[in-house]
Amino acid sequence: MEFIDNLPPMDLMRSEKMTFVQLIIPVESAHRAVSYLGELGLLQFRDLNADKSPFQRTFVNQVKRCGEMARKLRFFKDQVSKAGLISSAHPDLQPDIELEELEIQLSEHEHELLEMNSNSEKLRQTYNELLEFKMVLQKASGFLVSSKSHAVVEERELDETAYSKDRYVETASLLEQEMGPGPSNQSGLRFVSGIICKSKALRFERMLFRATRGNMLFNQATADEHIMDPVSTEMIEKTVFVVFFSGEQAKTKILKICEAFGANCYPVPEDMTKQRQITREVLARLSELEATLDAGIRHRNKALSSIGFHLMKWMNMVRREKAVYDTLNMLNFDVTKKCLVGEGWCPIFAKPQIQEALQRATFDSNSQVGIIFHVMDAVESPPTYFRTNRFTNAFQEIVDAYGVARYQEANPAVYTVITFPFLFAVMFGDWGHGICLLLGALVLIARESKLSSQKLGSFMEMLFGGRYVLLLMSLFSIYCGLIYNEFFSVPYHIFGGSAYKCRDATCSNANTVGLIKYQDTYPFGVDPSWRGSRSELPFLNSLKMKMSILLGVTQMNLGIVLSYFNARFFGSSLDIRYQFVPQVIFLNSLFGYLSLLIIIKWCTGSQADLYHVMIYMFLSPTDNLGENQLFWGQRPLQIILLLLALIAVPWMLFPKPFILKKLHSEVVLVSFCVTFFLS
Amino acid sequence: MYGFEAMTFNIHGGYLEAIVRGHRSGLLTAADYNNLCQCETLDDIKMHLSATEYGPYLQNEPSPLHTTTIVEKCTLKLVDEYKHMLCQATEPLSTFLEYITYGHMIDNVVLIVTGTLHERDVQELLEKCHPLGMFDSIATLAVAQNMRELYRLVLVDTPLAPYFSERITSEDLDDMNIEIMRNTLYKAYLEDFYQFCQKLGGATSEIMSDLLAFEADRRAVNITINSIGTELTRDDRKKLYSNFGLLYPYGHEELAVCEDIDQVRAVMEKYPPYQSIFAKMSYGESQMLDKAFYEEEVKRLCLAFEQQFHYGVFFAYMRLREQEIRNLMWISECVAQNQKSRVHDSVVFIF
Repeated sequence: MEFIDNLPPMDLMRSEKMTFVQLIIPVESAHRAVSYLGELGLLQFRDLNADKSPFQRTFVNQVKRCGEMARKLRFFKDQVSKAGLISSAHPDLQPDIELEELEIQLSEHEHELLEMNSNSEKLRQTYNELLEFKMVLQKASGFLVSSKSHAVVEERELDETAYSKDRYVETASLLEQEMGPGPSNQSGLRFVSGIICKSKALRFERMLFRATRGNMLFNQATADEHIMDPVSTEMIEKTVFVVFFSGEQAKTKILKICEAFGANCYPVPEDMTKQRQITREVLARLSELEATLDAGIRHRNKALSSIGFHLMKWMNMVRREKAVYDTLNMLNFDVTKKCLVGEGWCPIFAKPQIQEALQRATFDSNSQVGIIFHVMDAVESPPTYFRTNRFTNAFQEIVDAYGVARYQEANPAVYTVITFPFLFAVMFGDWGHGICLLLGALVLIARESKLSSQKLGSFMEMLFGGRYVLLLMSLFSIYCGLIYNEFFSVPYHIFGGSAYKCRDATCSNANTVGLIKYQDTYPFGVDPSWRGSRSELPFLNSLKMKMSILLGVTQMNLGIVLSYFNARFFGSSLDIRYQFVPQVIFLNSLFGYLSLLIIIKWCTGSQADLYHVMIYMFLSPTDNLGENQLFWGQRPLQIILLLLALIAVPWMLFPKPFILKKLHSEVVLVSFCVTFFLS
Repeated sequence: MYGFEAMTFNIHGGYLEAIVRGHRSGLLTAADYNNLCQCETLDDIKMHLSATEYGPYLQNEPSPLHTTTIVEKCTLKLVDEYKHMLCQATEPLSTFLEYITYGHMIDNVVLIVTGTLHERDVQELLEKCHPLGMFDSIATLAVAQNMRELYRLVLVDTPLAPYFSERITSEDLDDMNIEIMRNTLYKAYLEDFYQFCQKLGGATSEIMSDLLAFEADRRAVNITINSIGTELTRDDRKKLYSNFGLLYPYGHEELAVCEDIDQVRAVMEKYPPYQSIFAKMSYGESQMLDKAFYEEEVKRLCLAFEQQFHYGVFFAYMRLREQEIRNLMWISECVAQNQKSRVHDSVVFIF
């Protein structure tokens, strides 16, 4: 007991001692103080306005403004990435600007950008229409020529009358967008030409067929060029179509369907010369528009790249401002309305640093009154805070994934630094693979400063975060690999020759009779002669399995011992008596005993079957062990251990909850009596 | 196999049930509604909603907000969730999920047809349609002149076709006919959905029968109240009632002959589950009936989550979300029009 009492206080294993502090900050220096504290990152503010909804808090307007600015910045980022420009980080090329100034700048930029977008959208619309018209002209004329001759032939058959070729009268003017059927001929055969999204073409055709009861002819051809959708800026595949029909009612129906499907109709004159003339006009206007569009895009890209230059910096700034105001919203006004009152937790060691930051804030904001910083008592239990560095951080995170320790509870991460990589290596053990892993880890560590400032992918980020874990894993793998004598699964004679050799020169009976030992045991690790022998697998498996049992039992014992230190630290004798003691007894009477047997077997070279011993320890503990007996008095010892384990189970499970319940009901009773007598 | 869903349900439905229960825990609570009701401007509402699951959908909206934007974005979230679930679903859950949207489809068809009757712009009408009830050729509805054409041109491709095919008349479309069409379609839809759920069996059929029966009874009451004083004959009225539910068949006989709201009340008070709804209202009043029915519905939908291994949770979740969006719309409207005293008139708290 005395030895345990005199142990050093285990500072490494416990989380930092925390203290509850109150800050009274004059309004004028509040913003600066909070942002300095944020950079320090050692004070956790408590929300004093938890009962208020977000928009009832003091600095709600600033938070809203930051949100609005963040929205604009997201819009810029979206636009920049859509334009294919890369917004790279250019830290501090420009002096810091105030938030108000930034707000004005941002709204100016947004206004400018929106205007440019709407202009270019209009241009793009016209351009698209012309482009579509061009394609309709190209494709539809083909249909018209073929169908015209076809129609003519048919009609000749019908009434054997010759038609003059120039009966088609061009009525539609060039850029009249809303246009329907081509001019009718005497038989009432008309047509509508237009363009539609390829994905809709099939349904469009079906609908036309149904609406006209099949009295129509649908021709289609895929357009050569894709057309850009001005809203989503995606390229869309389109199909040119020409519908032939007859009758006035069908025309209104077809036009309505075109409208419903978003199909644009364009007039195509049937006269060849007219067609050529229109095509020429369209092409001329297209090239003009193209030039205008290009100029617009260049202008826009220039504006965007100038925005993209500052984008990262602005985003960081806005994000920081929003965090500062969110923190300020957790503070309370005092009665005079001149000071903000904040409460929070900080580690004791950080108090001078915090005070220094607060003084700096007072000085920088030219405040007459200093910030008051003092320690208070708190009822609730403090938060857990572990100081980590870049080496221990990854290990702490592994432990935190299973659960964060309570305030001042023993932190298993300290042991994990060694046990986690070592247990990995016990499984991985191969010094060839270990060297590969080591090289990878070393590369990550060597480029640490460069990689840490970069944004990595999720997988690389994980590797980079665990680079020191990888380093230790690789070192232990090399060590374990040397013990297993495996280099990419091949054993080498590193530490001298094998202890065994063949019985004769031919080595013919090596696999049946075996080898003879002719010199001292192989000095380190597994003898390379095991490689390829018939008993290689049983030997190595048995070795590794037994070793794993020993390591595992040690690890579990360590955990239980840690729980003892916790119970002592928190002064809970209940935990020691009804949890720690039965746990130790249960674990060691079964698995501890197995470990003992393994060690005795290794030391004595006995041939006993440990499976058999362990199984029959439960099934028939009174039976004679026979040839499996390892030492004198094993049978009575087994019976005692089994009884101890059986006792330990109810001891572990039952007393603690009942005692806790009794204590609880006593407390309730006392408080009830107190309130009863007081009232 | 009733009572043994636990053995096999999770093979196909387990993942999605977990998803839908996760979504359910994102529904706004009474505390959220209390905060929302205290908002002064629509920006406050946006700010509050940005702390909820609606946050990502509203964060990119520029500042002068409109009620329609809020409702649109909230609906978008529901639609996204629905589409995600539909993509992951296997039979028969996918069919079940599709059934949920048919109601919206009927409403959309009716909306477009009525709109074109009154010569509204089709694009404008399309924007008003519920996105869950959209189908490919919905815009072409405007082409149709009468019900037969409507069916032959457009609806034959949609899942609504079987509901239509039985009851086509070649009468011209007018407001009365459209309303009758809506109700006959709804009747056919509810009956079909009911049959489908019966076929699924087990806890699904048990819970869905209850929910659908309530829906059918509510529609019967609404049809009765709305048709009082119109030229709809008693027989026609009776034809619009769905052939299942608590009121079927004797309640329908009595409802068909009702001449005023107090007679409806007398009929409904014979049915214990509806007694409490009508007990809340004073005589001769029908405005609060909608809210009372919604409250009862929400209560029943919440109860669907108490049991596991059935599809009712999907139906219940979609309905609850829709109710939540209705609540948000009402609150936003009240805030936008400075009528905050009326906020509580129509908001139905879900939890």
